[in-house]
Amino acid sequence: MEARLRVRRFDPESGDGARYQSYALEVPSYATVLDTLLQIRDDLDGSLALRCSCRSAICGSCAMRINGQARLACKTKVLALAPDGEEITVEPMGNMPVIKDLVTDMASFWSKVKAIGPWLQPVGPSPKREYLVPQETTRDLTEVMACIMCGACVSDCATLETELGLGKDPDATFLGPAALAKAYRFVADPRDGADGQRLLALSRAEGIWDCTRCNICVEVCPKGVAPLEQILALRRKAIEAGYEENLGARHTLEFEKTVRESAWL
Amino acid sequence: MRAALEASRKSVNVAVLSKVHPLRSHSAAAQGGINAALGDEDTWEAHAFDTVKGSDYLADQDAAEVLCKEAPADIIELENMGTVFSRREDGRLQQRPFGGAGFPRTCYVGDITGQAILHVVWEQLIKAGVPTYEEWFVTSLVVEDGACRGVIAMEMRSGQVQAIAAKAVILATGGLGRVYQPTTNSLISTGDGMSLAYRAGAPLMDMEFVQFHPTTLKDSGVLLTEGARGEGAYLLNSLGERFMARYAPQKMELAPRDVVSRAEQTEIDEGRGVDGCVLLDLRHLGEERIRERLWQINDLAQDLAGTDILKEPVAVRPGMHYHMGGVKTDINGATLLPGLYAAGECACVSVHGGNRLGGNSLLETVVFGRRAGAAAADCASAAAPHNVSQAAVADQERALKAVLERSRREDTTASIRHEMGTTMTAKLSVFRTEKEMAQAVEKMRELKEHYRSLGVQDKGRVFNFDLANYVELGYLLDCAECIAAAALARRESRGAHSRRDFPERDDESWLRHSLSYHTPDGPRLDHTPVTVTRWQPERRAY
Repeated sequence: MEARLRVRRFDPESGDGARYQSYALEVPSYATVLDTLLQIRDDLDGSLALRCSCRSAICGSCAMRINGQARLACKTKVLALAPDGEEITVEPMGNMPVIKDLVTDMASFWSKVKAIGPWLQPVGPSPKREYLVPQETTRDLTEVMACIMCGACVSDCATLETELGLGKDPDATFLGPAALAKAYRFVADPRDGADGQRLLALSRAEGIWDCTRCNICVEVCPKGVAPLEQILALRRKAIEAGYEENLGARHTLEFEKTVRESAWL
Repeated sequence: MRAALEASRKSVNVAVLSKVHPLRSHSAAAQGGINAALGDEDTWEAHAFDTVKGSDYLADQDAAEVLCKEAPADIIELENMGTVFSRREDGRLQQRPFGGAGFPRTCYVGDITGQAILHVVWEQLIKAGVPTYEEWFVTSLVVEDGACRGVIAMEMRSGQVQAIAAKAVILATGGLGRVYQPTTNSLISTGDGMSLAYRAGAPLMDMEFVQFHPTTLKDSGVLLTEGARGEGAYLLNSLGERFMARYAPQKMELAPRDVVSRAEQTEIDEGRGVDGCVLLDLRHLGEERIRERLWQINDLAQDLAGTDILKEPVAVRPGMHYHMGGVKTDINGATLLPGLYAAGECACVSVHGGNRLGGNSLLETVVFGRRAGAAAADCASAAAPHNVSQAAVADQERALKAVLERSRREDTTASIRHEMGTTMTAKLSVFRTEKEMAQAVEKMRELKEHYRSLGVQDKGRVFNFDLANYVELGYLLDCAECIAAAALARRESRGAHSRRDFPERDDESWLRHSLSYHTPDGPRLDHTPVTVTRWQPERRAY
C-alpha cells in the first residue's frame, strides 16, 4: 500500500527555518510510522533525523507528534491512521526545543526527572534478603513503573504549553506528568522511607498542584501509566500527610469544606 | 551501568558514555526474567549444571560457577535497590519456569523485567552522581604502548570528535543482532564494542554461535517472551499437534532455545508449518494471567501482528535474538588487551557457550558488569597517568570527513546492510551447510569492498545519523565476517551451530573455543581450550 507522510524538517546548520516535506512510498500493510520513516531514510532521504531503537515500544526513543498528537512511531500503524491513504503529519514532540528534524532537546525533561530524587530511599538497614511486599502492591507499582520515559505526556501537557508560551524558563516550569508519575512510584513503594520529604517537595510551586487535570497525559501515554491519576494520588497523600500550606491544597480543602457545609458547588 | 556503579563504589573517577540515552539501551527489551537459585530446593550448582548443559558443554565451567553462585546476592541487591519483582503470596520473590532449567528460578517483573532493572540501575547511577555522556558515539579505541588508553568519540549533538582518555575502558555495548535481518534486536545493536575491540587487537571468541529465539513475530521479527511458555503456552503445528513431544518429550515447550528453534524449523521445512510459522497458543492460560504477567506481549501481538492472543494462537517463527560470542574476557571482564574490559552481550566469558538459557543474559550483565567494574577500577587505580596523543583525533576526523565528502551512490549504507542481513539469514540460520556458509564468507568480503567507497547524503554534523549508520555498518560487517568464518571452520554441530553436513557434536576435535583475530585480510582463526571443572560432557537430551 502507499503511505504518504508530511514530515516537519529542520536543519540547524542550513540557516533556514522549519519546513514540511511530503513523501509517498510503498510500504507493507503492517508498516508502522517508524517503519515508514526508516524506509524514507534508507531509500529516499538519508538526512532525515529521528531517534529510534527497539521498534517494540519499550525503549522510549521514538515519541513524536503524529497527526497532532504525541505517540510512539513504532506503536502507530500507518493503516490505522490512514485507511484510505490519507497523508499523515509527523512532527517533533512539543514543549521541547527542536534540535534537528524529529530530534528534540530533552535536557529539561531529564533534569525534572532527576529533581524528584528518582531512587529508592529506604530507612534503616537493608533486610538480609528481599523486602517482603504484597503482590497487590507490586502489581500497582509495576503499572506506574512501566513508564518508559518517552516524553509523550510532557510533549502534549497543557500546563507546560501555557507556561512555556508565557516565556518561562523551561527548567522553572511545571515538573510535568512523567516526573510526577515517577515520584508517585516511590511514594507508593512500601520500601521507600522518604515519603514526607518527597510530598513536601512535590507540594511546592511547579509541583503536583500545578496540574490543570486536562487528562491529555492519560490519553497520549503509550504504556497506560495514567500520570494524572498518579498526580491526584500524590495530592491526596500530601493532604493526608498535612502538607496544606500551599494554594492548591488550601483550595481543595476549602472546596471540600464548602461542599460539606453548604452542599453547594 | 552496573559496571560504572561498582567502579564508583571503589572511589575512582568514572563516567558512562553511550551512543543513546542509557534508558534506550537494548537491555530494556529483555522481557522474561533473570535467573537465580533462590528457592529452598534449588541450588546454585543445579543452576550452573543447567547452564553448562544448555551451552552444549562449551561454557567455561569456572565462569558458569561464578555466574550462578553470585546470582542470588545480585538479585537481592537489585530488589533492595528498588526493582519491583513479582511476589508470591507470602511477599517473597516469585519465580517462573524457563527453558532448560530444572527449577522455576526466573525472577521477573511481568514481562518487562529488563526495562525494570535497567531503570533501577540508572536510578542508582544518578544517586551515585556518576556522570553520563549521552549520545556520544565511539568510533575507535585509543591504543598506545600496548594498552587501551581511552576512546575517540563523536558527540552526536555537535558532530565534534574528541578523545576521552581513560586508565581503563569497559565495553558494555550489547549485541550484534543487526548483522541479521530480521532480528529481535534493537536498531542500535550493531556490534560496536566487538568490532572496536577486534580492530584494536583483542580477539573475539565463539562468534559462530548465534541464538535463534523460538517465538518471534512473523512480519516484524519482534520478540514474544519465553515467559509465555514458562507460564504454560503451547507450540502447535498445522495439524494442531504439540510437536515438541517428538523433539524434547520431557521438557516439551521448555526445552532450551536451540532445541525448540530446530524443532520449529523442522516442522516448517517438512510442511507442517502455517505460512512459514508455527503457532503459539496462550488461550488456556486465561485472561487474568495474561493481563497480569504477559501484558506487553498481549499488546505487541495486537499492535504488530493484529492477533488477539486471548482469542487465537499467534504465528511465530525462529528469529535471530542473541549472540553467545563476543570479546574474549576472563571471569573479571579483562580482555586480552591491557586496560580493556568487556561485560554483557558484547563479551564472551564464556557462560553461554553454544546456547544461552533464557534468564541468563540479564544475569550475566549484572554479575559480570559488577566484576568488570571492580577489576577496571583496580586497574585504573594502579595505572600511571597517560596523555592521549591528539593525532588519533585528527586521523578520525579526517576519516569521517572523507565519508562526508563522498556523495551517495546507487549502493547505499541501507542497501549493503540489507544485503548483509538477508544473506546472513539465508546462509547462517538455524541449520547450516558448508556450501552456504562459504557463500556467506565470500559475500561479506565483497560487501566490505563496496563499503569502503560508500558515501552519505547528510553532509551536516549535527545528529548526522547517516554518518553514524555508515560507521555502524562497518562494525556489523566485521562481526558478520567473523561469524561466517568461524562457523565455516567449526565442522560439528553444537548448541545453536547446527550443521546438516556434520550433524553430531564432536568433543574430540571441537570441545574448544574459536578465536578470531583481526588482520587486514579478514579474521585469523585460532582456538583455546574449554575449562571443565566438574561436569564431563554428556549426551544432551531434554
